[in-house]
Amino acid sequence: MRAPTSGPEVAAGDVLLAVENVSLSFGGVKAISDVSLDIRRGEIRAIIGPNGAGKTSMLNVINGFYTPQRGRITFKGQTRSKMRPHDAAEGGIARTFQNVALFRGMTALDNIMTGRTLKMHRGFVWQLLRYGPAMAEEVEHRQKVEEIIDFLKIQDIRRIPVGRLAYGLQKRVELGRALAMEPDLLLLDEPMAGMNLEEKEDMSRYILDVNDHFGTTIALIEHDMGVVMDLSDRVVVLDHGIKIADGTPAEVKNDRAVIDAYLGVAH
Amino acid sequence: MDLLYKIFIDPFIQMGAAPDLLVQTLWEGLVAGVLYSLIALGFVLIFKASGVFNFAQGIMVVFAALTLVGLHEHGVPAYVALALTIAVMFVLAFAVERVMLRPLVNQPDIILFMATFGLTYFLIGFGELIFGGEIKVMISDQLGLPKGAFDIKFAGGFVSLQKIDIAAAVIASLMVAALAIFFQKTRIGRALRAVADSHRAALSVGISLEQIWVIVWFAAGLVALTTGIMWGARSGVSFALSIIALKALPVLILGGFTSIPGAIVGGLIIGIGEKIGEFYWGPLVGSGVESWLAYVIALIFLLFRPQGLFGEKLIERI
Repeated sequence: MRAPTSGPEVAAGDVLLAVENVSLSFGGVKAISDVSLDIRRGEIRAIIGPNGAGKTSMLNVINGFYTPQRGRITFKGQTRSKMRPHDAAEGGIARTFQNVALFRGMTALDNIMTGRTLKMHRGFVWQLLRYGPAMAEEVEHRQKVEEIIDFLKIQDIRRIPVGRLAYGLQKRVELGRALAMEPDLLLLDEPMAGMNLEEKEDMSRYILDVNDHFGTTIALIEHDMGVVMDLSDRVVVLDHGIKIADGTPAEVKNDRAVIDAYLGVAH
Repeated sequence: MDLLYKIFIDPFIQMGAAPDLLVQTLWEGLVAGVLYSLIALGFVLIFKASGVFNFAQGIMVVFAALTLVGLHEHGVPAYVALALTIAVMFVLAFAVERVMLRPLVNQPDIILFMATFGLTYFLIGFGELIFGGEIKVMISDQLGLPKGAFDIKFAGGFVSLQKIDIAAAVIASLMVAALAIFFQKTRIGRALRAVADSHRAALSVGISLEQIWVIVWFAAGLVALTTGIMWGARSGVSFALSIIALKALPVLILGGFTSIPGAIVGGLIIGIGEKIGEFYWGPLVGSGVESWLAYVIALIFLLFRPQGLFGEKLIERI
């Protein structure tokens, strides 16, 4: 594992990504209405809310899968009306998916290697020849990937096609692929969904470690309230596409609107 | 009894009696099989990366060969024409991505399939408009392809190996080897396989779908060009060539739509199967077996192994 990032984290605490007045609808269905939120460098930011609150839609807007009809996204000081997936990846936004999107036919190692795609530049012909600079490049990136594999303790499964792995391990490989991008902002969509208690604890530890050691800013969606309260620095709560609360876990937990949204309110 | 004898015993006695003929038939089957493999490979490349069954693959073979010959007819030296044709195939790949695939992204597969029909008729019309519809002769001499044949003494007879067929086999093998290495070992190859598995995950790691599609269509175009030169050298360049591409269907059923080794093995089985079938069993039904045997083999195969020899078996939890 690499040493903790040394030197002053210049921009720590500054806004890394800001979403302003974003609205997104599919046909007549409003997924997100006029939501603004910011993510500061170095923090773990949770997005929570009941089913259908627009959490995943928000992540999809941030990494460019969806184009919002209104609103602006500012990432690293650059403002745009929409993000494109390629720009997001290039700019250092990595993500995992709610129901694991791995390349099933490929080994764990190859899956994580795809995370290096944007960092490898040698041309087509060199690669075909597997010679010279392309080979050196392949080796160099392989080393980085091995570091990540060590970090996630998945050494023994690296040669196995991921389709055959247990669900918890697949989630870990997916995290590895995102980490291989050395992202500035890591988006995790329900990283602990479908896991047992032990796996959840493992995953929580990895998330905290990533944040500590690599200084990676993390935005995560999670249903398990215990996990959210333990992990996150700040929490934003969505309900029916509207932001109903934003603050520290303690503030949010006691918010009237949040309690109503989760438990229902007597009419 | 007599019929059973003719079907199950007699052909094998013939094989034993004239081994030179058997070897000759096997060789011809092998050569045809290699070419079928090449056509099937073009289909597999595109199917793997974009899930589209590219109906236009057959016409791409004709179009590539036609462009090559047509350019040469207009006085362009053979090798320059070859380079220009490669460039044309690249432009075609680029245009297909821009005009056809990009606007249709995320549409159901059947829509994309229909779009490849459109592409087929466009290429037929466009090719005829520019190069004319008559049968042309492949410029194999100018390209330095060998002609003539080796006659090898074998078991009291002769086996005749056409040099052009040997060249075809060698070139096809090299091409397949290059593609296999490319797919398995390089970043772009990895990206291709990634796109084949999951579009959104590929997007999330910054793989550009547009770039990948151009690359696979270009690769399929190169395969088409190679196939076009080789078939063209044997039977002339005409639009009828695209019918041969339909022979790739049984090959794909046999080999699996997503498997490169499957395309190769499937092609060889179909090629050898139909030549042997034609030569030894054809007379029983007044010959003509060659034209339908491939489909029958594929049909029988479907009953027992619907996913093909090397295809992925889909197991879904319900």
